[in-house]
Amino acid sequence: MLRELFRFKGGVKLPANKTQSTGLPIAVAPLPSRLAVPLHQSIGGKPRPVVQAGDRVRKGQLIGEADGWISAAVHAPTSGAVAEVAMHVQPHPSGLDALCVVIEPDGRDEWIERTPVDYRTLTLEELRARLQQAGVVGLGGAVFPTHGKLTPAKTVPMDELVINGAECEPYITCDDLLMRERAEEVVRGAGIFRDLLQPKKVLIGIEDNKPEAAAAMRAAVDALGEPFSVVVVPTLYPAGGAKQLIRVLTGKEVPASKRSTDLGVQCFNVATAYTAWRAIAHGEPVVSRIVTVTGNVQAPRNYEVLLGTPMNELLGLANPHPDTGGIIMGGPMMGFLVPDPRAPVTKATNCLIAHDERLFPPKPPEMPCIRCGACAEACPHELQPFEMYWFARAKNFGKTQEYHIFDCIECGCCSFVCPSRIPLVQYFRFAKSEIWAREREKNAADGAKARFEFKQQREEREKAEKAEKLARAAAAQAAKKAAEAAAAAAAPDHAPDHAPDHAPDHAPASAAAAAAPPPVAVDAEKAAKMATIQAAIERAKAQREAARPKNTEALSADQQRAVAEIEQRRAVLEPVLTDAAAAAGESPGKAE
Amino acid sequence: MEIVLAIAIMALGAVVLGAALGFASVKFKVEGNPLVEKIEGILPQTQCGQCGYPGCRPYAEAIAQGDEINKCPPGGMEGVQKLADLLGREVKALDAEEKPKQVAVIDENTCIGCTLCIQACPVDAIVGAAKQMHTIVAGLCTGCELCLPPCPVECIRMEAVGENLDNWKWKYPIVEIKATPPSARDAATAGSAGIKEAA
Repeated sequence: MLRELFRFKGGVKLPANKTQSTGLPIAVAPLPSRLAVPLHQSIGGKPRPVVQAGDRVRKGQLIGEADGWISAAVHAPTSGAVAEVAMHVQPHPSGLDALCVVIEPDGRDEWIERTPVDYRTLTLEELRARLQQAGVVGLGGAVFPTHGKLTPAKTVPMDELVINGAECEPYITCDDLLMRERAEEVVRGAGIFRDLLQPKKVLIGIEDNKPEAAAAMRAAVDALGEPFSVVVVPTLYPAGGAKQLIRVLTGKEVPASKRSTDLGVQCFNVATAYTAWRAIAHGEPVVSRIVTVTGNVQAPRNYEVLLGTPMNELLGLANPHPDTGGIIMGGPMMGFLVPDPRAPVTKATNCLIAHDERLFPPKPPEMPCIRCGACAEACPHELQPFEMYWFARAKNFGKTQEYHIFDCIECGCCSFVCPSRIPLVQYFRFAKSEIWAREREKNAADGAKARFEFKQQREEREKAEKAEKLARAAAAQAAKKAAEAAAAAAAPDHAPDHAPDHAPDHAPASAAAAAAPPPVAVDAEKAAKMATIQAAIERAKAQREAARPKNTEALSADQQRAVAEIEQRRAVLEPVLTDAAAAAGESPGKAE
Repeated sequence: MEIVLAIAIMALGAVVLGAALGFASVKFKVEGNPLVEKIEGILPQTQCGQCGYPGCRPYAEAIAQGDEINKCPPGGMEGVQKLADLLGREVKALDAEEKPKQVAVIDENTCIGCTLCIQACPVDAIVGAAKQMHTIVAGLCTGCELCLPPCPVECIRMEAVGENLDNWKWKYPIVEIKATPPSARDAATAGSAGIKEAA
């Protein structure tokens, strides 16, 4: 079948170095002594651990629960005992630790109850949720949760689904071997994606240096009767980049800061399709992946490796030469030297290369940029690396963003072609992480400011409310006082023994008192004061009596009887208590 | 006659332009001081009061009035540099020690639930109620240390925020030559000054 192919701009031709590891079939790596499974193995929310030290787990049992929609679950890679849930070194250029579930295998490799389902009986939502619960993520290296990419855009019709088997980076052959040996399951997985996204076409892109894989995939497509087209694309790094492969196969160019779904294209790695099929049709969550072990080793090969296997144990299987000085995770272009060889294999680990100076001679020192423009010609995203380099070096991050630094995929073509051997990608990574850090700081500062302002506002409001309440109470007090003073003046003689119940009752009397002035002014004043005090006491008493417990309404007969009994006992006791209080010299008011 | 006309024209012009300016000053009035907003945007919003003002906004206002720009330890030398660039002033050494970013941590076994730290926290980053254990929401804590003095049982301590996978940054690819403080530089260059002059 003839098909028009397109070209992406730039790219470099690299020595493939793939044949070393394709001679032998995929081997299953033996159980390691210990597995440290990182909980955060995908983009998005950090899964929460659901096991603790001492728990027994079986292969495929959930150990980390997805946190939010863009997050994928993590499972125990084998059966055994959880030794600890603790910080453990990560396969990350920083060499920092992150939370891992450490499992001591019991050697039985006992699966949980696996429930294969026919995915056609599931609704699309159930299918996506199942993929999330099975921890299916993009195994091409970006580890984006797959279910998050399986919702078709509402506005744009889905034209093409691209299955990425290009595997453009030198040394790496894990997808090649997967397609050779398990092509049928890859195609079936692509069928799941097709049914979820309903694209018009499904294109499987494979570089022309993998004829066996392409033949196996064609045979599988024909055997299953799927209308997929297996397309062989020219070998040119980085043809396996999602945007580059989409360009080559469909001619569509994904614009800056847009996603391929905006153009009606979605792209998945072949290994992702394979794990999706295993997860749905066999009920097996992602607990292992295929890793190429190559470089300075005697027996380069692909292994099916349990996630969490220490890298040094895995490398040991391939018999590294004694002069090996470190492990590169990923390929020679985009990979990095793992700071600690005990770091575990994760879902993102596609290749381990034993590093030595013959294979990768140390880079000669960086020379000044001569503005030759070779980097711009090599850039597959049509960026201008030399401009971004100036600004990143000068820490002028705003300018790097104007030159679209966030469209850089860090493929390393620019560093590869630079005649001055400038580590351009390192500058871009530095600039990107500085920009992210600044963004985080700015968001934190804005949040702090908003909360501070809200707190101030709240305090002011509380203060105002309190002042208002006090003012109201003071006014009421003053009014009452005035009224009582008037009442006391009206009845100076009776005041001590006659307690007024309500001040307003005496208002007419006060008028009478005013008409007849008291005989002795001093006595009257004193009496008025006494009257006020007495009135206050009486009022307090009345209030106390008026206050009834609120929970005594609508009592049942039993409860009423109980209350009556208690009251009876109290009536007997009351005089005794009062006497005792009086004997102790206390006022009867207090004893009550 | 002509002179009267000239004066009249000028007077008319003055009235018209005056009215236009008066109208513009009412219509296009700028609320608040835009410079204060810009300064406040640079300040780190920890609301810690280490500058001597009750919050970042008052300090921003003070800077706009001419106060020194080197009183904000959480902003660090980078903040001083940014303020100097904005205001066209000299960069000055920070008048306090620059500390790494910290967060407060409550020892929850010792906490008696007095709510004093909750009242002191400027950004509402402490959760708790009277006679209930309090705790700090680490993500919201600005590390201002204002909760330390009111605690009657001294159960709050500051912990530096270490490097982790979320805040780790790629390093600058070339080795930077750090500027030494002036005193050290004077000592170092005292010997080489003669050579320079000779050259």
